[in-house]
Amino acid sequence: MKDIKFYKLVLFVNSLVPLALLGWDWWGGRVGASPLDFVTRTTGTLTLVFLVLTLAVSPVRKLTGHQWLVRLRRMLGLYAFFYGALHLLTYVWFDKAFDFSAIAQDVYRRWFITVGMLAFFLMVPLALTSTDKMIKRLGGKRWQKLHRLTYVSAAAGALHYYLLVKSDARKPLVFAAAVALLLGYRLFASYSKRLKAKPVSISQKAG
Amino acid sequence: MVIKKAPDIKSSEITDQRVYLNRRNFMRGAVLAASAAATGYAYRRLLAPDPVVATPEGKAAPGTQAAVKQWGLPGEEATTYQDITHYNNFYEFGTDKYSPARRAQELVTRPWTVAVEGLVNRPKVYDFDELQRLFAQEDRTYRFRCVEGWSMVIPWLGFPLAELLKLAEPQGNAAFVAFETANDRRGRKIPQTDALDWPYVEGLRLDEAMHPLTLLATGIYGEPLLPQNGAPIRLVVPWKYGFKSIKSVVRIRLVAQMPPTTWNLQASDEYGFFSNVNPEVPHPRWSQATERRIGEFSRRQTLPFNGYAEQVAQMYAGMDLKYYF
Repeated sequence: MKDIKFYKLVLFVNSLVPLALLGWDWWGGRVGASPLDFVTRTTGTLTLVFLVLTLAVSPVRKLTGHQWLVRLRRMLGLYAFFYGALHLLTYVWFDKAFDFSAIAQDVYRRWFITVGMLAFFLMVPLALTSTDKMIKRLGGKRWQKLHRLTYVSAAAGALHYYLLVKSDARKPLVFAAAVALLLGYRLFASYSKRLKAKPVSISQKAG
Repeated sequence: MVIKKAPDIKSSEITDQRVYLNRRNFMRGAVLAASAAATGYAYRRLLAPDPVVATPEGKAAPGTQAAVKQWGLPGEEATTYQDITHYNNFYEFGTDKYSPARRAQELVTRPWTVAVEGLVNRPKVYDFDELQRLFAQEDRTYRFRCVEGWSMVIPWLGFPLAELLKLAEPQGNAAFVAFETANDRRGRKIPQTDALDWPYVEGLRLDEAMHPLTLLATGIYGEPLLPQNGAPIRLVVPWKYGFKSIKSVVRIRLVAQMPPTTWNLQASDEYGFFSNVNPEVPHPRWSQATERRIGEFSRRQTLPFNGYAEQVAQMYAGMDLKYYF
């Protein structure tokens, strides 16, 4: 699988398809009676989709042995950030008309806004440190540690969705389950790694 | 590694590099297009609003520009027929705004009966056609404010609930009115989801139910109600959040105690029995100070009692509306 440039292009184009269709539907008046709500909901869902895809890269790579997948991860993460930024913009612009005191009140008073803001702003340092230069500057280990914030952001994003529905939490729960599964896999992987390391210490004791 | 030259391939049989590259580019283009189409399909299945349901024949007229002015309130245009009939909360038929327009079409609205019972001298099960004969239908354009923060201006057709209640003669100890939506999975194919506990139930204090603004609506823009709007008959209480205006009513029961109501049972800290539109009392998860009028770009200020304070505020004189939200 050496054709990574082409795969990146495929991913890049496919990740823009939802945005293009959203624009097309908007232009054709097919976004329902409350277009702004529709855009907010759609960009929010897309953010979660890309966060889940980003988190899925490592487990899928380990399970299938397709090492090249990791080279698509940065783009997935940046798309999560991109759709998250659009989502935030629809809220700040259309919902609050750039009234920052009202936004501050919302963040202070409404749990789902607080959690949503947290989810987004945790992505900011990750987007800023996504370049090769920054990876080198930080050093692989530190960079990796920092980018574990993705876990928190994804969990907060799923919680944000769950907190805002009135009833019928099926869709939010699907995202929550996906995030839980992907984080659970990591816990399990690091636990079993430690287990593998253990027999050495036992044998040392026995010896 | 030594690669031997294969002598048995003639130079004429070797694919020309240009052809090879062309084929590769063609394959790449195909992969790109196919994957984009698949992504587009997945996106449409997961996220599209799916709002396109044809308006029944002969009912296209009410949505026109002239109509929204003609049917509107002073300074406020009526919401278009298209939006009123395609942006609905009707949880029995799905929890998003667009499913009811599609799925509620299975609701069988004839024959339909409405039972008026409980603490009344003349309990009776009315046939819907009889109700239409008994009471003169009138057009009433009201603001409609959803607890979620959006609103419409809807030209209802209907008659005051008070007229039906007077006919039933409430007894002295009747203090509340309980309403119930149809709940008949087989016959009427309602409800179709398990989003809430069915049947949907609502309630009013007797004086609220007797208020001249309170309607039993049978139509919109002069046309019979469509299933997604609560056909064939529904409650309209314009100064309360929309969920109080129960749809597809089959039972009206006069009672002495405050009856249970569906959203209050679901989340009592979020949805009170009274649920009067009140910009001062935020929902625990969002503000109620402003609303998005469907069809408009920026948000509007929400008015106390949805703009009907003059007519209804005296019913709540002396009550702490933050406590009785």
